[in-house]
Amino acid sequence: MGTPSATGGHPAPLPDRSAGAGYIQHAPGYVHNDGPKLITGRFVHEDSFTLERSVATGGYEGLRAALEMTPAAVHDEVRSATLLGRGGAGFPAGVKWGFLPPGKHPYYLVVNGDESEPGTYKDRLLMERDPHQLIEGCLIACYALGLQQCFLYVRGEMAVAQERIAAALNEAYEAGYVGRGICGTDFSVDIVMAWGAGAYIVGEETALIESLEGRRGMPRLKPPYFPAAVGLYGQPTIVNNVETLSNLPWLMVNGADAYKGHGSESSPGTRMFAVSGHLRRPGVYEVEHGVTTFRELIYGDNFCQGIRDGHELKMFIPGGGSAPWFFPEHLDLPLEARPVGAAGSMLGSGAIVIMDDTTDAVKAAWRVVKFFARESCGKCTPCREGTTWLEQILRRILDGEGRPSDIDLLLDIGDNISPGPYPAAAHNGQEAVPFPPRQTTICPLGPSAVAPVVSTIRRFRHEYESKITRRDPIPIEVAVAGAGR
Amino acid sequence: MTAVEPQATVEITVDGAAVQARPGEMLIEACERSGTYIPRFCYHSRMSPVGMCRMCLVEVDTGRGFALQPSCMVPVSEGMEVSTESEVAKKAQDGVLEFLLVNHPLDCPVCDKGGECPLQDQTMAYGPGETRFVEEKRHFAKPVAISETVYLDRERCILCDRCTRFADEVAGDPLIHFMGRGNHTEVNTFPDEPFASYFSGNTVQICPVGALTAAPYRFKARPWDLTETLSTAWVDSVGARVAVQASRNRVLRVLGTDADAVNWGWLTDKERFGFEALNSAERLAAPMLRDPAGIRAPEWRAAGWGEALDRLADAVGAAPPERVAVLGGARLTNEAQYMWAKLAKGVIGTDNVDAQLGDGLDPAVVLGLPRAAIDDACRPGGTVVLVGPDPKEELGALYLRLRHAVVYDGVKLVEVTPCETGLSHMAKYSLHPRPGTTAQLIRALVLATDPEIVEAAESDVILDKLAAGEKLLEAEELRELLGAADALGVDAESIKSAARALAVAAGEVTVVLGRSSLAEGAEVVEAAAAELSALPSVRFLPALRRGNVMGALEAGLAPGLLPGRTELDDAEDLGPTVAAWPRLPEAAGLDAAGVLRAAARGDIDVLVLVGADPLNDFVDRDLAYRGLRGAALVVAVDLFLNDSSTLAADIVLPAAGPTECDGTFTNLEGRVSPMSRKVTPPGTARPDWMIAADLAERLEPGSAEGLDSPEAIRAEMARVSEVHASLTEESLKASPVEGVLLRPAREAAGEAGGWRRSGRPTLGRRPAGRTVPATGPAGGEDALGGAPDGSFLLVATRTMYDDGTMLRHCPSSRGLAPAASARINPDDLASTGTGEGAAVRVVSDFGHIEATLAADAGVPTGSLRVNWLAPGAPANSLIATGTDITVVEVEAR
Repeated sequence: MGTPSATGGHPAPLPDRSAGAGYIQHAPGYVHNDGPKLITGRFVHEDSFTLERSVATGGYEGLRAALEMTPAAVHDEVRSATLLGRGGAGFPAGVKWGFLPPGKHPYYLVVNGDESEPGTYKDRLLMERDPHQLIEGCLIACYALGLQQCFLYVRGEMAVAQERIAAALNEAYEAGYVGRGICGTDFSVDIVMAWGAGAYIVGEETALIESLEGRRGMPRLKPPYFPAAVGLYGQPTIVNNVETLSNLPWLMVNGADAYKGHGSESSPGTRMFAVSGHLRRPGVYEVEHGVTTFRELIYGDNFCQGIRDGHELKMFIPGGGSAPWFFPEHLDLPLEARPVGAAGSMLGSGAIVIMDDTTDAVKAAWRVVKFFARESCGKCTPCREGTTWLEQILRRILDGEGRPSDIDLLLDIGDNISPGPYPAAAHNGQEAVPFPPRQTTICPLGPSAVAPVVSTIRRFRHEYESKITRRDPIPIEVAVAGAGR
Repeated sequence: MTAVEPQATVEITVDGAAVQARPGEMLIEACERSGTYIPRFCYHSRMSPVGMCRMCLVEVDTGRGFALQPSCMVPVSEGMEVSTESEVAKKAQDGVLEFLLVNHPLDCPVCDKGGECPLQDQTMAYGPGETRFVEEKRHFAKPVAISETVYLDRERCILCDRCTRFADEVAGDPLIHFMGRGNHTEVNTFPDEPFASYFSGNTVQICPVGALTAAPYRFKARPWDLTETLSTAWVDSVGARVAVQASRNRVLRVLGTDADAVNWGWLTDKERFGFEALNSAERLAAPMLRDPAGIRAPEWRAAGWGEALDRLADAVGAAPPERVAVLGGARLTNEAQYMWAKLAKGVIGTDNVDAQLGDGLDPAVVLGLPRAAIDDACRPGGTVVLVGPDPKEELGALYLRLRHAVVYDGVKLVEVTPCETGLSHMAKYSLHPRPGTTAQLIRALVLATDPEIVEAAESDVILDKLAAGEKLLEAEELRELLGAADALGVDAESIKSAARALAVAAGEVTVVLGRSSLAEGAEVVEAAAAELSALPSVRFLPALRRGNVMGALEAGLAPGLLPGRTELDDAEDLGPTVAAWPRLPEAAGLDAAGVLRAAARGDIDVLVLVGADPLNDFVDRDLAYRGLRGAALVVAVDLFLNDSSTLAADIVLPAAGPTECDGTFTNLEGRVSPMSRKVTPPGTARPDWMIAADLAERLEPGSAEGLDSPEAIRAEMARVSEVHASLTEESLKASPVEGVLLRPAREAAGEAGGWRRSGRPTLGRRPAGRTVPATGPAGGEDALGGAPDGSFLLVATRTMYDDGTMLRHCPSSRGLAPAASARINPDDLASTGTGEGAAVRVVSDFGHIEATLAADAGVPTGSLRVNWLAPGAPANSLIATGTDITVVEVEAR
């Protein structure tokens, strides 16, 4: 759900940004800057998605390096690199792989390319601009785990990504990188691409598996807690994010120690952040994981270069539409899961949405809630009914039909979806309530709709009140970036 | 029954009290058994939990602190602490209730569910007094007819997944599903595909709100005006337990009752909505006569009971006993059956009595084979051999049990039927022998369970070595059978694989035994049963269809039988019966076919039809017609005038229906359960037992003395019949839902199955010595090789809905009987010279019917399948009794 992007919707030639050209006139895409490039290195080339360019720039070297090692050694390398999952939960990939129960073959690898978190568009770039790197990552994972079948699930709306992955798979099959007897060894893997039908919830891994099996994309009930135990077609399944797998080729070529040379100790490597909103230079940046702070990313010359002229930061969403919101006092937190969680939000999928002082807090909250109400799968009651109810109340307040009791009602509905104190950032002398939230729902989609409501009411209650009493209307008509259509 | 093994228990704490739970059990069940009811909407104990409604959220602590969990999804574990009353749990439940009400219309005053609605009850008990929802509620067009009888109101629907889960998991007809998403999710059918399931009515019963309603009950009553009685469904022999609900002396609704051993609460729509026929204005309400002067003239005249019974008694009194016959009786209660058996055999002295109309099996087979209960057949890990009718079409509740056993409990199904059935797609082996060769195929299967015989049959060398051995003959026989794939219609490999499955399953095999095709003689099935009884510890579940036919056989409504499986020629067993009955028949009498043949010859003076319609139900329509015409006096005791009584009856006596009299019912496993009177019969209609008792008193004063209630009759049955000895008022009261399982008498006495047939079916020798009439197009031996070119072997199978008398008077199912179709394999289409959908005439030597030609891959090549009793096309006009197979030709018309 991104704002229109230069790469979106059509496979037109991409502008050459090899010189690290500065300010992007139109909507954000990838921004090349100084700094380590572990996974976006090939993006500077216009034809980065072709096998020719890929191989010419070191493509499939990681696979060859892996094939020299034993599968267990590859797994150990990934484990010792502490490669954290980039889908949102931040679970170490090497540990996740270890959950596969021995002897329950076949295992499956499912690549979660259903990137739909509001504000996130990093996987899309990885799939559109370097599909071979992703395929190589899949192959390395398959080799490490002894898998022979991989499913690449691409979001339904990403036509360019689907086309490029399909073309890349055809090239790779033809060149002998995928299929039977890869690179002359007896290692064989089939990779199949599947695509969604346009449901946000399919980004949740169990819903994705349901969709892949041809059913309605609805989350499965837990336990079992991990598809690694019971996944696709009832078999042990590893579901990995696109960016996680795209890290593997570099990791194999350069080794775990080199990998840990980037980022912080607990969060090594680099990470892609999709920054959008009221910025001078929004876009996707590859940054050092766990070292860089929000302030550096938003205001740094090498990154977004600050809020657009004449305005100030009002609030920002640190980790995609599901995350509770942050405010200027949180700018100095590092881009790392644990401190962000302790401060009452989450780093999530790496989508940062910046809102400046022209943003109507109520309207922004409404827009995000509307997204979740629309995307609720309808399976469990609190989410199906609660999110729509929240949206209707917010809409009513925006229309000038608010009631004084509405603010408490919003909070109580939120409490019925996500009981107890909802995770929230510390401000106005209140303690931060750490992430994650509790929930009465099956999956976290319901609580996600509560995030903007609780965040904005805690911080900007006066905006709600003024709308309800119609004392002091705030005439703001600025599109809220990152909140989608 | 095997002893229940002592189970380990898991101790959990519910609201501070220790509770013993069963391992693996869901928390919601453990709490309920211990007296803590957790509210729920989506959870249903007979379906897999989905945790969708979130109403059953409670706080659970498994060592990591209390957390909200849906209790329907959490299996109990040792030391688990549960709080169902905590602030957090209550708040969550109240929140869910409020969410459910947000879009739920508050039209309870006009909603059929109002008064028995879990949502309404929950809201009254715990819900908020006032809504906080001021927005417009969600709107849908309503109601939507999702099938002929079921209506869906999507605004009331709370999306609990019960109906859709039932359709998918239980019925196997996933024709309703969720559509759309989020707040716009709705249940609906696929476009242009109605929810055409035989089991659709169950969704109405399990809907926790008024979203699903069924036409027969829509806007008919308020739940608090209904009174209810536990009874037994009467339309087939499964004997599903039901709750019959009535208001103002009219039955308005029938609901399934969860009997663990029988129907698990599920019903077929025929069982559920069949009561409508009983409310029909066309019910017989007074005795009717046709005067002797204008005999068989169309004019009926209503008469008093005295006149009608006097005339009948006079006619019976004047006739020699062997010239009196009684056909039918499967509709009756056990008590009425006993009274009719006593009247016919003990008072009149005739043994020409048959409750089956040539469409059943030899009572000696049914009663003599070791009996299985439904639970035995469905025991996890067992093996079921189906040599019988399609359970989905004929015995719906049994189908659901078998389907569950096969799909979820790992029961292996081996099917030996002439065509595919509703279970074929889940069968491990599905063998379709040519009509008439079922017994030979079963013989081959049984022989092939012995690997030595198989090995010998397949190798000349070993055959030589075995020359002196005792298995030589068997091996040669098997070799011959395996080599006769064309004749049997099943190849050797399939036979051997299926036999291996049977061999592995030794001791856990249940045979569901019945007539898979009414065009195939009963002897074929009986011979197959004889072969199967050779398997170790095999048990049989008789799949006779007719309502209380098992009760009729136990009561002695069959030639040569007395109550309690006593055989008439078994002199030493007759003691108790002799004491209670004035006399006994002098010799064994005729079965239905014999009676009709005798009547056609003019040898029957009085023919009594007790709930029988030979013209439609007897396998040979021509013989039925001649018999009815030939009998001097025909008497019908029934609920309606049917085709037979309209044709031939001189006296019609109105009987009380199943909801109008008390009694008991014996289902196919021999389980006796009560049938209860809920309303009064129309006019002066009387219970069947009372009619028999009245007649008996007229013919032999004192013979029915004291037999003035079902209880009194039951007491005499218990004295007369060893089988019914266990059937006491105490035992019935002790098990009101499950009923009392009668065990076969001989088995109870420690003897093995009492029945063995000596003749072995072999190729070229017809089972039981019956032959195809010499006039038949396929004479003698050739028939086993298939029908001559251009003709087909007939298979006649019943469908759930047909043109039967009761269904004709049932408004909700009247239009559901499928039109006559002649179904043949697609490969055979060319040979007919016409195409699919063509109007054709199916012609046999004995008659013809008009039907529509259909291609059906479920019919083997060379066979032609017609549906029994299709409107206007009775398949029994194609069949003659005494034939094992019927050859038909297809002509364009």
